[in-house]
Amino acid sequence: MNIMPSLYMRRRIVNATGLAVSMLAMAFGLFWLCWILWTLLDHGLPALTPLVFEQMTPPPGSSGGLLNAIAGSLAMTLVGTLIGTPIGILAGTYLAEFGQRGWLAPVTRFINDVLLSAPSIVIGLFVYEVYVIRAKHFSGWAGALALSIIVIPIVIRTTENMLRLVPTTLREAAAALGAPQWKIINFITLRAARAGIITGVMLAIARISGETAPLLFTALNNQFWSSNMDQPMANLPVVIFQFAMSPYEDWQKLAWAGALLITLSVLTLNILARVLFRQKAASH
Amino acid sequence: MPTFLREASLKRHTVLDMLFRNLTRVSAFGVLMLLVAIIASLIVGSMPAIRAFGFGFLTSSEWDPVNDRFGALIPIVGTLVTSAIALLIAIPVSFGIAIFLTELSPRILRRPLGVAVELLAGIPSIIYGMWGLFIFAPLFADRIEPWLGAHIGTMPYIGPLFSGPPMGIGILTAGIILAIMVIPFIASVMRDVFEVVPTLLKESAYGLGATTWEVMWKVVLPYTKVGVAGGIMLGLGRALGETMAVTFVIGNSHELSKSLLMPGNSIASALANEFTEAYGGLYTSALIELGLILFFITFVVLSLARYMLFKLGQREGQAT
Repeated sequence: MNIMPSLYMRRRIVNATGLAVSMLAMAFGLFWLCWILWTLLDHGLPALTPLVFEQMTPPPGSSGGLLNAIAGSLAMTLVGTLIGTPIGILAGTYLAEFGQRGWLAPVTRFINDVLLSAPSIVIGLFVYEVYVIRAKHFSGWAGALALSIIVIPIVIRTTENMLRLVPTTLREAAAALGAPQWKIINFITLRAARAGIITGVMLAIARISGETAPLLFTALNNQFWSSNMDQPMANLPVVIFQFAMSPYEDWQKLAWAGALLITLSVLTLNILARVLFRQKAASH
Repeated sequence: MPTFLREASLKRHTVLDMLFRNLTRVSAFGVLMLLVAIIASLIVGSMPAIRAFGFGFLTSSEWDPVNDRFGALIPIVGTLVTSAIALLIAIPVSFGIAIFLTELSPRILRRPLGVAVELLAGIPSIIYGMWGLFIFAPLFADRIEPWLGAHIGTMPYIGPLFSGPPMGIGILTAGIILAIMVIPFIASVMRDVFEVVPTLLKESAYGLGATTWEVMWKVVLPYTKVGVAGGIMLGLGRALGETMAVTFVIGNSHELSKSLLMPGNSIASALANEFTEAYGGLYTSALIELGLILFFITFVVLSLARYMLFKLGQREGQAT
């Protein structure tokens, strides 16, 4: 018998090792997901009492909840989505429907791809520079504006991709019936791509509802109930940041409750978006 | 229909067409302007610091708000080193995950596992930060850092990188948390890129007797290397600009240390920690200049990533 394994054996061994390592890599990836989710449930569930939804953020040492932070987050996410979505859909429509010629579409597409992964803290800096300094105070509007800048590239990307999936024959059929272009786009192609675009908007909402960095210098925080968007506004991510970094145990507990809330809503939105899109794709 | 009515309706539609087209064009142009505005506002905001420190800002490691002297070296180094550690861990793991998802996984598991990886990407970064601070860092300080210090810390050359008191928070911890964060991004791009390899090519290799590993390593990877590089750059772009996950665990100290176990600072975490508390024009301006540098670095990295993925897309077009 040879002491050196034959070439064939060596190749088999390399293959088996490589494949085993790639399985380990998969297990490694899932391991973190499970560990993080487990930690969240472990620390978050005991802290998630009805009080969390009924009371305001407390000063250290007394009991309280996250009501103002939850309301502020919802308000800013809503306004941010409402500002960002129409602009995103219009620009995405331009890229998909009118962008065949000229320089604007390729350049915009490229810029959009860069904005899509641009550091969100820089967007916070930008809004601070152009809005907060002018207004001379932090405000809920500024936070919503920063969030809308994150929404726009995501919506543009999905709108363009979804419109491109609409068959050209559909457009030609409508044009042959004498429909003008604005009607074709608004009533035929955008409608055909609706499920995909809604998916994109949901993913965008999921993304901004966990964003912390752009809110730090725009919405800041507020310990009290505030329904005035022109004032500094409490929001879940910044409250979590502040409370988790604090040395007070009851603040940290609230931070875990908030973290669990955010993660659950983000994951639910993500899964819903996928299910919705898959159903639509299956029905075609 | 009388002619004049038909003409009026035609005219109306032409006008509406033009309006709609221009509305969408203005929106697309707005995105362009957004980028210009971001860059312009950052430059305007950092002007006082640029005037005061010039290019020395990039190489000075001083950070002294009391005497208004600022240098960006420590945050820049911290950003680059944490991202490098993240990539060092994330690239092989993502490659393994992508191989598993494209070649090995049973068909039924493929979708759920892919979704699970994408969900990992969806978890907000502040959660990673909290988890890192409360769960990972203490464990790291108790179990791993003493071991690192005792075994690798005594080696020549690389020893100083791993010596120092086990504190749990520091550059290395931040790098590991970042790695966990970018793995799903890189893995899902790699998986998508591996899926564009024509089945014919893979089957030919299998037909010649190649093993699965050889097919991945010698056929799929060379075919997709540009796209894989693009995916890695995309992950790098994420890692460079990541704020919350790093801020929790990096330690926020403006001191340059040889050891990876010591606390440091990154551009994003310096901004997150100090911006709202910055007093005085020059302090704020120095922080904004940090933001400008960060935006510049990520812009270059992301542009490269897009270019590479675009190249791969072009080749895909030629092959079919």
